[in-house]
Amino acid sequence: MIELRTSPHMKGTLSLPQIMHHVIYALLPICAFAVYQFGISALALILVVTLSCVLTELFFNYISDKNSNPKKSLNDYTAVITGILLALTLPPGFPLWMGAVAGFVAISMGKTLFGGMGFNLFNPALLGRAFVQAAFPVAITSWTPGGLTDRFTQFIPSSLTLPFTAPASIDGFTGATPLALHKFEGTSTSFNDLFLGFSSGSLGETSSLLILLCGTYLIIRGIMGWRIPLAIFISTIIISGTFFLFDNSYPSPLFMLSSGGLMLGALFMATDPVSAPVTPAGMWLFGILIASITIIIRLFGGLPEGIMYAILFANATVPLIEAIAQPRKFGHVARKGAGK
Amino acid sequence: MSILDFFKYKTFAHGIHLPDKKEHTREQAIRRLPFAPELIVPLSQHFGTPAKAIVSPGQEVVRGELIAEANGFMSVPIHAPASGIIKEIELYPTARGPKTESIVIKTWPGASQRTASFEPVNIPSLTHEQFIKAVQDTGMVGLGGAGFPTHIKLSVPPEYSIDTLVVNGCECEPYLTTDHRLMLEQTAELLLGTSMLMKALGAKQAIIGIEDNKMDAVEAIKGHLSGVEHIQVKAVQTHYPQGSEKLLIKVLLGREVPSAGFPYQVNVVVQNIATITQLGKLLPQNQGLIERVVTVTGTGVKKPGNYLVPLGTPIRFLLEHVGFSGSAKHLILGGPMMGSTVASLDVPITKPVSGLLVFNEQSIEKVSDDVYPCIKCARCVDACPMHLNPSMLGQLASKREYESMQENFNLMDCFECGCCSYVCPSNIPLVQYFRISKSIMRERAIEKQNND
Repeated sequence: MIELRTSPHMKGTLSLPQIMHHVIYALLPICAFAVYQFGISALALILVVTLSCVLTELFFNYISDKNSNPKKSLNDYTAVITGILLALTLPPGFPLWMGAVAGFVAISMGKTLFGGMGFNLFNPALLGRAFVQAAFPVAITSWTPGGLTDRFTQFIPSSLTLPFTAPASIDGFTGATPLALHKFEGTSTSFNDLFLGFSSGSLGETSSLLILLCGTYLIIRGIMGWRIPLAIFISTIIISGTFFLFDNSYPSPLFMLSSGGLMLGALFMATDPVSAPVTPAGMWLFGILIASITIIIRLFGGLPEGIMYAILFANATVPLIEAIAQPRKFGHVARKGAGK
Repeated sequence: MSILDFFKYKTFAHGIHLPDKKEHTREQAIRRLPFAPELIVPLSQHFGTPAKAIVSPGQEVVRGELIAEANGFMSVPIHAPASGIIKEIELYPTARGPKTESIVIKTWPGASQRTASFEPVNIPSLTHEQFIKAVQDTGMVGLGGAGFPTHIKLSVPPEYSIDTLVVNGCECEPYLTTDHRLMLEQTAELLLGTSMLMKALGAKQAIIGIEDNKMDAVEAIKGHLSGVEHIQVKAVQTHYPQGSEKLLIKVLLGREVPSAGFPYQVNVVVQNIATITQLGKLLPQNQGLIERVVTVTGTGVKKPGNYLVPLGTPIRFLLEHVGFSGSAKHLILGGPMMGSTVASLDVPITKPVSGLLVFNEQSIEKVSDDVYPCIKCARCVDACPMHLNPSMLGQLASKREYESMQENFNLMDCFECGCCSYVCPSNIPLVQYFRISKSIMRERAIEKQNND
């Protein structure tokens, strides 16, 4: 039997599930480091949030289309990635039930509401994170320092808070993040600690080096674009460097780069292809916009960290960016060379 | 290929790097195929008006004799590929899909390969008009795959002057090695054809562009070029779709053909290497195009190689001759990126067919049938050699916004090279979308013209 097909009859090697698998592989070391630092609370949080995301997707698939296979959209593993990324933005002692809520909101409001994978306007993980930031402002700013001695045998007390109750504040389990320290108390954290990850913060924002390595792996394998992270890094250095040169009380560019969620945001959130521009010029604009807003929020806003809102805001501007940043088509400019 | 080679030869922006898969046939010298018992010669093997048959069933024809004449300027004549008797003039399936009128020749058993001889022509003595007419009389079309009549490409509007003839020896499609073999084996004819065309066009120079996976061809031509001025050979990077004429002009000369324009607007004419080689052979002898070189390869082919095939040879005969194991699952005429699959083994080899790829159960690529939504990963944007936005075009096509595709996103600049579909991780059939959208827009334009 001769089979008819349309050209091209060859196909590149990467398929969408393969891309998503690679992203998960790249996130695993970051998760492992988070578990090493924060113990079983971190592990439980990652599992709960991811499970919540997957179940939410399954649930919405089930109620929205009973005819097709509801498990089909899980095959692309995007729900798992959203879950892991969302968990990595949460503080280690974040109550597990709130994590489940975050996962539910991320998938339901961030993804399925828009029509599922490929149609969301905003990064689902960040949308979930923004929701819990507004809903549970105390829990999401309670940072547990890493490296506690009994972290592998004992949960951080706040993790196991009963659903629909607020966690009791327990002394000795909270500490400020480097950005908050700098902003509200004027003390700076050493670059080495920030870079290698021995400071407090969300699960996945502690070691800039590890995130950078994992992101670089994806870029080298051709899984992820390089323009957006590079645009964010370069413009962060230039903008914060300018402030730093004029007034040394502003944080240094290196501190800016390696602290908070910038590394994770630039490499794993802003590069979410669905909510980013597709044109090269658009990607540069997008990155510059994210870096500028992040720095404005960090330096002059009421919050210590701004990458989340910066990326969400930039997501919203993507249609505008694409309207002005289309590529120059071949043969569309007055030609050079010989005349008539 | 080492990193250094990567920077050695010039190339264009975007496009893709493909596995070239030419290893099975690149060393195979061109071999002549015997005549099939019946040749099916379609009257439309070119872009334009079909030719008009001037023979009738029962009539005897000699190899090389005119059997169908050109029907106007946008048409080319057809010559008998073998001596025999006309069996019938009927509708037969062709590579393009719909059945077209074809002349069926029952070849004499043991017919000679000798071609009818005609009065030789002194090419340099011809005027420009006579030269164009002589080219049309050979029945020549673009042998690289487009099938566009060669004499029309050579008929440059008088307000443009041509300074450069670009000879396209890129053969950027994987698997195909016909141009490669011709450059190695028929270098003299190639250079003869090149200088004839240069003179006819008034071009000051000719540049032969060859991809750097065929350095032996570059050397072979250079060997013939000692003492020849104005013809140079340039290696370019192996990079798909380098063989597209607009991209080749850009790489070799740095000139950009305007959108919807023609190469003569930047003072260039591009011709395929096989076309020029054939012209070099046919024009002085006043003969017509009756055979061409076809690469036959693929997973089940027992004797892959480059065969000189009489036009009209059915695929079935060709496959029987080269041997085939397993069942033919995919039959592709042309290259794997832009060629088309055929449904029947009775489809004949025609003028533009440069390759026959046959794949059995072990398919050419394990293509998954799962189509995912576009995730806007921008791989297609980075692959499109025309710098279009296939991601956006694809979304518009699925919403049937054809007008917007044409007006805002330059749909018509797409030449269906297939790069976007090749890289798409979501497996979206982008090229197929664009092919349909383009034909709808063309129909609408004709409708609009008729209504006005």
